[in-house]
Amino acid sequence: MLPAIAVKQICKRYGNVQALTDIDLEIQQGEFFALLGPNGAGKTTLISIIAGLTLANSGSVKVMGYDVTSDYRHARLNLGVVPQELVFDPFFTVREILHIQSGYYGIKGNAHWIDEIIERLDLSDKAGANMRALSGGMKRRVLVAQALVHKPPVIILDEPTAGVDVELRQTLWEFVRQLNRDGHTVVLTTHYLEEAEAMCNRVAMLKAGKIIALDQMQNLIGKMAGNNSLRLRLLPDQLPAELQPLEINRIGGMYELRIDDYTQLESILSLLRSAQIQVLEMQLQQPDLEDVFVNLMQNDEN
Amino acid sequence: MTGFFTLLYKELLRFWKVSFQTIVAPMVSPLLYLLIFYHVLEAHVEVYPGVAYPTFLIPGLVMMAAIQNAFANSSSSVIQSKISGNLVFILLSPLTYHEIFIAYILAAIARGLLVGLGVYLVALIFFEMPLQSPFWVLLFVVLGSAILGALGLIAGIWADKFDQLAAFQNFIILPLTFLSGVFYTIHSLPAGWQILSHLNPFFYMIDGFRYGFFGVSDISPYISLSIVAICLVAISYLTIWMLRTGYKLRH
Repeated sequence: MLPAIAVKQICKRYGNVQALTDIDLEIQQGEFFALLGPNGAGKTTLISIIAGLTLANSGSVKVMGYDVTSDYRHARLNLGVVPQELVFDPFFTVREILHIQSGYYGIKGNAHWIDEIIERLDLSDKAGANMRALSGGMKRRVLVAQALVHKPPVIILDEPTAGVDVELRQTLWEFVRQLNRDGHTVVLTTHYLEEAEAMCNRVAMLKAGKIIALDQMQNLIGKMAGNNSLRLRLLPDQLPAELQPLEINRIGGMYELRIDDYTQLESILSLLRSAQIQVLEMQLQQPDLEDVFVNLMQNDEN
Repeated sequence: MTGFFTLLYKELLRFWKVSFQTIVAPMVSPLLYLLIFYHVLEAHVEVYPGVAYPTFLIPGLVMMAAIQNAFANSSSSVIQSKISGNLVFILLSPLTYHEIFIAYILAAIARGLLVGLGVYLVALIFFEMPLQSPFWVLLFVVLGSAILGALGLIAGIWADKFDQLAAFQNFIILPLTFLSGVFYTIHSLPAGWQILSHLNPFFYMIDGFRYGFFGVSDISPYISLSIVAICLVAISYLTIWMLRTGYKLRH
């Protein structure tokens, strides 16, 4: 199947700063893809190049098979972008903005779909309000609505939940999940790694303009599986000699033991029982995306 | 075409929604010029045979109002969208560069014509004006507004800040307008200034426009038309090139 987004050998320089170096990336249709990285890693630059807002120095990008520069009309018809900045046109109301935005994409009489996105994004009360009168969270919803007026098969959200309250974040993610289930390809950047972990099936991590990891979410986290650990609070507060080689840390009166797989749990517990040591508290620590992220950002020194 | 008409509609609505500020207010200063110059100069000058100074002045002021507002419309629209960031919605859309260009220019022409018409109608209350050929009048005001609309686009795209736009307006547009013969016929100027005036494309817009009212002008309206048309084509090419290469718009 045609990839939703195909990025080939993209390089981008701003003066002396190499913002992106040889980026190769294919995102398949139907994926829920996370583009992660610290500030300044090049996420927004990459998104801007895909959206045609920024021109690359070399390389090519195709959206649903259409080149974003030579065939920009088709590429843009297939793409909806929610920009990171809270931008709005102060001259118009929410509904006017959405009708105008549909018109830009050549769609007449889009009222039905516009009503639907207004409702699904909880904007009904504000549909007749001027953009200036809206709170930050409401403006964010309008941005999402604007990106969806033309029902694009590919949707990019650049930090859609930055500075957004919990309720909107949940509404928003539920909506985006639904869009993904309906077959839309979704690409997002976020600093909330637990969001990405909960929703995305594949991840690319960018650092200093390069992709340093690109894998399925579970593979990426799975690679950290050796980092599982077990924390125990014991009575009496001592670790049997057999278990001491496993100790990696003491945190707040708890022993932290490294475990390679969960079958070890049984033997650890039986050792404790035979040493007549009681377990007062037990926590199992599993690596999450944040550990992967921190690990990659620290270790990768190229 | 829907995309193009939507952008045009949006650009028209943008100034229409604040029409007091964009159409009525800009009529004030040309009418004040008319009042002042009329009182100061009425007795002194007969510009063309049978054409008294205020009658001569009115087309100049109408044209000035039209082209200044055409420039103001496209330049302020672009720089406001650029600075507030909402230009991104146009840049993300599948609108072609030509569609963007023509929509902005037509909106600029519309505002120019409305303000120009307003000044003309108010002046008609107080002065009698001949109107030899509405065709030439309309042709020159449309072409002049189109050129200034395109210059406004260029200025809006080029300027990063409002003060840069103000500089463009004050150091380029305003002198070219005031020195183009809005207030005088260039035959009244010393020879050196006359030559300089002939290098000013704005001179031909105003001279041709005036021909439509009086049937008399400093130079042939056909020459003026050719020069104005060439300027429009050249400036349009430059503007479309800027849009196509993404100059200052797509980094």
